[in-house]
Amino acid sequence: MVGHSPPPFFKRGPAPLAKLVFFVLVSLALLISDLNLRYLDAFRKGLSVLAYPMQMAAATPADFVRNASDYFASLVRLQIENKELKRQQLQGAERLLRLDQIEQENRHLRELLEVRTRQKVDSVVAEIMYTAKDPFSRKVILDKGTQAGIAAGQAVVDNVGVVGQITRVFPMQSELTLLTDKDQAIPVMIVRSGLRAVLFGSGNGLMELRYLAANADVQPGDKVVTSGLDGVFQSGLPVATVARVERDQAQAFARIPCLPAAGVEQFSHVLVLGQRANVLPRPPEPEVINKGKGRKSRAVKD
Amino acid sequence: MQPTNRSSRILLPVKMWFVYTTLFFALFLNYIPTGHLPAVPDFVALVLAFWCVREPLKIGIGAGFVFGLLTDIGVGAALGQHAFAYVLLAYASNELARRVLWFTPVEQALHVLPLLFLAQVVMVVVRLLAGAEFPGWWMFFGSFVGAALWIPLHYVLLLPQYRPVERDENRPI
Repeated sequence: MVGHSPPPFFKRGPAPLAKLVFFVLVSLALLISDLNLRYLDAFRKGLSVLAYPMQMAAATPADFVRNASDYFASLVRLQIENKELKRQQLQGAERLLRLDQIEQENRHLRELLEVRTRQKVDSVVAEIMYTAKDPFSRKVILDKGTQAGIAAGQAVVDNVGVVGQITRVFPMQSELTLLTDKDQAIPVMIVRSGLRAVLFGSGNGLMELRYLAANADVQPGDKVVTSGLDGVFQSGLPVATVARVERDQAQAFARIPCLPAAGVEQFSHVLVLGQRANVLPRPPEPEVINKGKGRKSRAVKD
Repeated sequence: MQPTNRSSRILLPVKMWFVYTTLFFALFLNYIPTGHLPAVPDFVALVLAFWCVREPLKIGIGAGFVFGLLTDIGVGAALGQHAFAYVLLAYASNELARRVLWFTPVEQALHVLPLLFLAQVVMVVVRLLAGAEFPGWWMFFGSFVGAALWIPLHYVLLLPQYRPVERDENRPI
């Protein structure tokens, strides 16, 4: 009996605690590499192809609810909406006619001034399928993916202003991170003063202008537009309005919460702007001056 | 009569395909895009805890890890977030299995509530450490709803194991 292995009904594989430690370590490694290092996008993409049919099947109830509410929308509301849209279209048409002419004129003037022409971008209209379920972030899923030519990093706008940025693309769908997400940042400019700043999502449906000095020239009601310095967003797209300015003498920077211009959390169709084709290259690093004083040359080297 | 931790009825052995089918169905329910609606329970956690309590020898940490990863993918969460929580949940319910089964379904639900809650707390802590925003207290409401669902689940998931009642005149057990 001594040399015999125990009967199979005692077999439980590795000890539960050993298994627990192993799987905890694996999932922690996954978490760190996904959240901090972003190594796992290919892995995620592969798995998402497997999960896609099930996701689509699961999205049908949501589709159904949305379509049903459209179907039962009252006639009166539709008529009002129709009238409003017609009026907007007429207004738009008049402006569009003028725009054509102004664009021509602008191009002509720019040629005369020998300034680079503003590039046109092609864009894709996409529909928002649903809000991603993850309660820790503000992301929505669009119904177009790499097959429609969408790439990560593209800017997304609605009819009023910037909505967000594409952060992940899958073959048939893509993930749009809204500007109000805590991890989202966008370089902006204040229209009235021409001050450049960076706008961060603050998570609670608002955004915040950070790193502006306490005495910066900002007033409540100022319009904030994209500055285009990042090479991703076109310049001049409306982003937000300054809600209020809290200047605290104890702190170096002012606290400036902003309200998003676009209906960042209540739209159904959006426009995914194509990538800006020929962004100006970064200026070359300045030559290291060795002759000057020691302190100066060290500063330039970085 | 000797008290038994199974119900008064004698159950058929569980079929593993049924276990995995129910887990996949729960995954499907988790994939339904309810957005940020409060009080939506985590169905995979619930079904996983159920089978870990019922069949601690057959299902456990490994299944928790795999279904956690699948949930992460479908929900758009950080990869490994649900996997981490479900691994802990599966381990805890495996360990508690021998105790929990002695109780009635309602009392079992009271045992499961802290486990589901713990899984959510783990996820919140992980994401907050990574710098995400706190989603609000309403999200913890989901584990209470989940625990309440334990009671109907207890009957539905055991249904295939109930054997037809056949009375034998000679051996009336």
